[in-house]
Amino acid sequence: MNNPALDQLKQWQQQWQQAFQKEKARILVCAGTGCVANGSLQVYQALKQEVEARGEFVTVDLILEEEKSGVTVVKSGCHGFCEKGPLVRLEPSGVLYTKVKPEDAAEIVEALINNGEPVERLLYRHPVTGEVFAQENQIPFYRHQKRTSLLHCGVIDPENIREYIVDDGYQALIKAVTTMTPEEVCREILDSGLRGRGGGGFPTGRKWEFTRIEEGPKKYVICNGDEGDPGAFMDRSLLEGDPHRILEGMAIAGYAVGADEGYIYVRAEYPLAVERLKNAIAAAHEYGLLGQNILGTGFNFEIKIKEGAGAFVCGEETALIASIEGKRGMPSPKPPFPAQSGLWGKPTLINNVETFANVALIIRQGADWFRQFGTEKSPGTKTFAITGQVANTGLIEVPMGITLRDVVFEIGGGIRDGKKFKAVQIGGPSGGCLTEEHLDLKLDYDSLLSAGAMIGSGGLVVMDEDTCMVEVARFFMNFTQNESCGKCVPCREGTKRMLEILQRAVDGEGRPEDVELLQDLAEAVRDGSLCGLGKTAPNPVLTMLKYFKDEYIAHVVDKKCPAGVCSALKGYYIVPEECKGCSKCARSCPVQAISGEIKKPFTIDQDKCIKCGACVSTCPFKAIKEG
Amino acid sequence: MAEKNSVLIDGQVVPLNGEKSILELTRKIGIELPTFCYHSELSLYGACRMCVVEIEGRGIMASCSTPPVPGMKILTNSPRVQRVRRTVLELLLANHDRECTTCDRNGTCKLQDLANRFGVKKIRFGERDLKLPLDTSSPSLVRDPNKCILCGDCVRMCSEVQGIGVLDFNGRGSSAQVTPAFNKDLAEVDCVNCGQCSAVCPTGAIVVKDETDRAWAAINNPEKLVVVQVAPAVRVALGEEFGLPAGELVTGKVVAALKRLGFDKVFDTSLAADLTVIEETNEFIDRLQKGERLPQFTSCCPGWVKYAEHNEAEYLKHLSSCRSPQQMFGSLVKKHWATELGKKPEDIFVVSIMPCTAKKYEAGLPQFTTDGVPDVDLVLTTQELARMIREAGLLFDQLEVESFDTPFGFTTGAGVIFGATGGVAEAVLRAAHELVTGEPIEQVNFTEVRGFDHRKEATVEIAGQEIKVAVVHGLANAKALLKELKEGKVHYDIIEVMACPGGCIGGAGQPISTSPETKKERAKGIYNADKLSQIRKAQDNPVVTKFYERWLEKPNSHAAHEALHTAYVNRSRINGEQIQLLTSKQKEQVDVAVCVGTCCYLKGSYDTLNKFMQQAEAAKVTDKINLYATFCLEGCEQSPAVKVNNQIINGVTPDQAEKVFKEKVLSKLE
Repeated sequence: MNNPALDQLKQWQQQWQQAFQKEKARILVCAGTGCVANGSLQVYQALKQEVEARGEFVTVDLILEEEKSGVTVVKSGCHGFCEKGPLVRLEPSGVLYTKVKPEDAAEIVEALINNGEPVERLLYRHPVTGEVFAQENQIPFYRHQKRTSLLHCGVIDPENIREYIVDDGYQALIKAVTTMTPEEVCREILDSGLRGRGGGGFPTGRKWEFTRIEEGPKKYVICNGDEGDPGAFMDRSLLEGDPHRILEGMAIAGYAVGADEGYIYVRAEYPLAVERLKNAIAAAHEYGLLGQNILGTGFNFEIKIKEGAGAFVCGEETALIASIEGKRGMPSPKPPFPAQSGLWGKPTLINNVETFANVALIIRQGADWFRQFGTEKSPGTKTFAITGQVANTGLIEVPMGITLRDVVFEIGGGIRDGKKFKAVQIGGPSGGCLTEEHLDLKLDYDSLLSAGAMIGSGGLVVMDEDTCMVEVARFFMNFTQNESCGKCVPCREGTKRMLEILQRAVDGEGRPEDVELLQDLAEAVRDGSLCGLGKTAPNPVLTMLKYFKDEYIAHVVDKKCPAGVCSALKGYYIVPEECKGCSKCARSCPVQAISGEIKKPFTIDQDKCIKCGACVSTCPFKAIKEG
Repeated sequence: MAEKNSVLIDGQVVPLNGEKSILELTRKIGIELPTFCYHSELSLYGACRMCVVEIEGRGIMASCSTPPVPGMKILTNSPRVQRVRRTVLELLLANHDRECTTCDRNGTCKLQDLANRFGVKKIRFGERDLKLPLDTSSPSLVRDPNKCILCGDCVRMCSEVQGIGVLDFNGRGSSAQVTPAFNKDLAEVDCVNCGQCSAVCPTGAIVVKDETDRAWAAINNPEKLVVVQVAPAVRVALGEEFGLPAGELVTGKVVAALKRLGFDKVFDTSLAADLTVIEETNEFIDRLQKGERLPQFTSCCPGWVKYAEHNEAEYLKHLSSCRSPQQMFGSLVKKHWATELGKKPEDIFVVSIMPCTAKKYEAGLPQFTTDGVPDVDLVLTTQELARMIREAGLLFDQLEVESFDTPFGFTTGAGVIFGATGGVAEAVLRAAHELVTGEPIEQVNFTEVRGFDHRKEATVEIAGQEIKVAVVHGLANAKALLKELKEGKVHYDIIEVMACPGGCIGGAGQPISTSPETKKERAKGIYNADKLSQIRKAQDNPVVTKFYERWLEKPNSHAAHEALHTAYVNRSRINGEQIQLLTSKQKEQVDVAVCVGTCCYLKGSYDTLNKFMQQAEAAKVTDKINLYATFCLEGCEQSPAVKVNNQIINGVTPDQAEKVFKEKVLSKLE
């Protein structure tokens, strides 16, 4: 079949592929926000200079124009292993260097050009076993992952549209527009079983179909990049590391639902993502892959960027739409759903960044390809931002249905410093905590929901035995309380009061009746709130009450913090049998809370004690204990 | 098939007939779900969560925003629903200033009512920890943020129904507040004092400013002759405060009550309204004949007048120059009646009983004075009068009716219908034909302009000329009409505007009522009073005729203008925020202000300002000039405007700057 648009795309692909084959080697320096903050741009400059000094430096343009060959040095998107950054990856060998400094550049380039052994001191070393790994894909952190939506992140140059096109970029869009009806596109997405990656898990294909069937000449597509969970950064990584993938996904969605205009709502505090998106939109326009009459197909699609001011609630779709319209970011009741009446009152499709990242893959490779990953009801992969008391932290992508144990102990490398696993908080402040009994739980939408947590945007905080779950619940409640928009009563007033009750508990002022009050209030807030933020805000509290009720009771009834975290509940006492009466502790106490007779056991006045712990370290006989 | 188009509510099969929400449906079957933020005339907000119901398969949903879908199984009072409602109330009460006994809304507060209805007896949470200052800046209203439950009713009323939007949310989460922009006071923003925010407020967070103490003080002052005027809309609403049905005409009881309270004379504003009709109609006929300043807008509503002063400067000359009936009354009393009695204006204390909060503001305007004494000394709303009656222990419904005093007591139906939307227009129509031709008209009912439609139109023939009349109520409707007028989409000759929906009967000073039916009943009462009047045309009022003979010569005469007309002020400016660029250090100095408001800026005033700076530097007089960039000197038509000392100079374009600076500024320093 004659398909001039596809032919054009393939012609570019072939032409540039040949050029890339002239690369002798490629040095990819991570230029994601994390690595940049750790100085990766200086590393990039140093590596470039080293390669130039050896007369080997080329760029893709040079290859294309002058048929030169040599080594390219490229800034890539995020590799996900941010805590080991700045990261440098070599192609084609697949070697990954960690914590690279500009002064390592010479050594790296030397080894690369002379085909020598990789620089061992820069390779990843397992924190527990000490084993050294040269290839990225051998490192346990990567080995257990299945990177599909993050496939390009850290591998291609996000600022060069050619690299995306060489890797089959924009073919899905042209395929959809030239060979499929909008209905077929929606059907394909529905068949793939893709569910909203922003947290709710609503079937994406159904959302598309709802928007498609709405009448009207004007519809919108919105990409929700208002990533608000503390610690989660998958949207940022995707936008920074593979912006064209998102643009392509949105354009396909535009075709499927009948929209010719899209907005990307991205946080203003992601300046790099904004910049890369702007570059990508301009480049796509230049190649006729966005704008009017895309590659002569007659399909029009424009994308605009809207920078958000960072309110967590603007991740809620109706609040996000209000924010784009220039109004206060407050949610409104659904129905009407955005598919019926969204941006400027027009039918609007709104999906998360990661959802859009999957679209082109599904259209190009088919629903069945997608369904080979994950579970029956939650197909595909999911990114998680794993952090906390775990050996390896960073951004990972795993097939849905992987067990929590695999994530924490294989990819995450287990708990730091040989401590015991206690819980994970999954799904950010809207999620809940899971315990040891859930370690073999399969991570998918439905099983998490039934355990009281949710995938949310994919934040995953691992906690060890030294964590106080009451304090964790208080921490998250403080977050949601601050981020409540103040519109509906249960969320505005309820989160404030839940925080008050939890604050009391950690301050040692909890009341026995609080146990019932907190449960009752949390359930009412969950039931009664207007939007997802309020409905899920009690999750950390409810799961804490479900799985760690004893710990809470210990706080409010026994006035003890079993994890020894809450300073108001800590106490120091002197074991009389071990005290020699030397008075050293009394002299070190800044508030004169310790007294006694020399050579007789001393005592601590609990009313005066400020729990600073100074006495503990001064006692030569270790007679002062905490408890 | 019943199942196909019905839902199950608490086990009862309920057929669907196009209801937009479950709330609407439950109300039809006699279940009154509680609400704070739902009002049929405002947009859906869905925030209070009181109207929640439990829907099988969907959980807890707000009934106000959820349309019923055939087959739905709905529980309106399940344990989960009960818990949400009680928790909401408990949470609201915990954060609410619970000084109920001293609150203006004690007894009419929805929060109090629902807390009682839902048996909230104990509040398990701490007290409100923040005490915010009251905003008492407005002459009409008092805002108490400590009582605000953030239902947003006032915000939506002000922006959606009144098209103004001086109130909005500020801050997030538990520190969210409803305030005017930048936390300014109400008096500093474009608030028109219509008070609809207070009428819709479920609690005491915005209330009418209570001035009953000043009334008692005047009554108890033997030096003063205390006269009171009663507006038309009061007589169909006051009864509601005492258990009588809405719309019941209680004119005679109002008069009796006022006399028992100690007012020396009790008069009727309707008489002044008749005078307004004569003046305004003659003004209209004059404009019509000259073909100028049309359409003519009515000017009896102070909310509308202030709105126009803030937002429609170009139409100010179209407003009738007639004072409102309240101010005509006050003016006649202080200027003419007082003289006849041999009294000075300050010897008479004029009180108005008004359905309106903006009247409090109007009475305080500097142009409405006689020898420096206010024409109307005090305005009380219907609500405040009810409070005085209760305080005096009068059993209102048992009072024997009494009549208004003379001379300001004789009224016609024309003056009474001023109380409802369309009334002024109808009264003018009753007069216009007759005043032009001298031929009496038989048919006095112009029903096209009655009722509650957003915009009412009528075309009438006056002396062979077709006159197009429009009537709007609610300022958002006025705003929409003005927009179409500017775009040339519509054409009218005379336009009546009332700020409050329904006209004065829906004023914010009226007894609190959330039912839309109340206004309809009050309007019925007004038109009933008109029907019962012996005389229904203003021009037939013999007392009005006598006033012209004794005091005013003839309509639109010089004397009539002195007493009954006024002028308007362009308020479309930013108040008090000028920027000082040069400060004089010398004794010998000149004040120079250059307007950088929108009109002047567009015509280059910013360059004029720069040139002035350069000139001042070149002439080495920077230490002798106070140079300001200011906002709006109200010379928009001949912009750019510059003020030197107290003289306003218009048309100071950048090329004129040098000349003006030399002639007007430097000359003063030589």
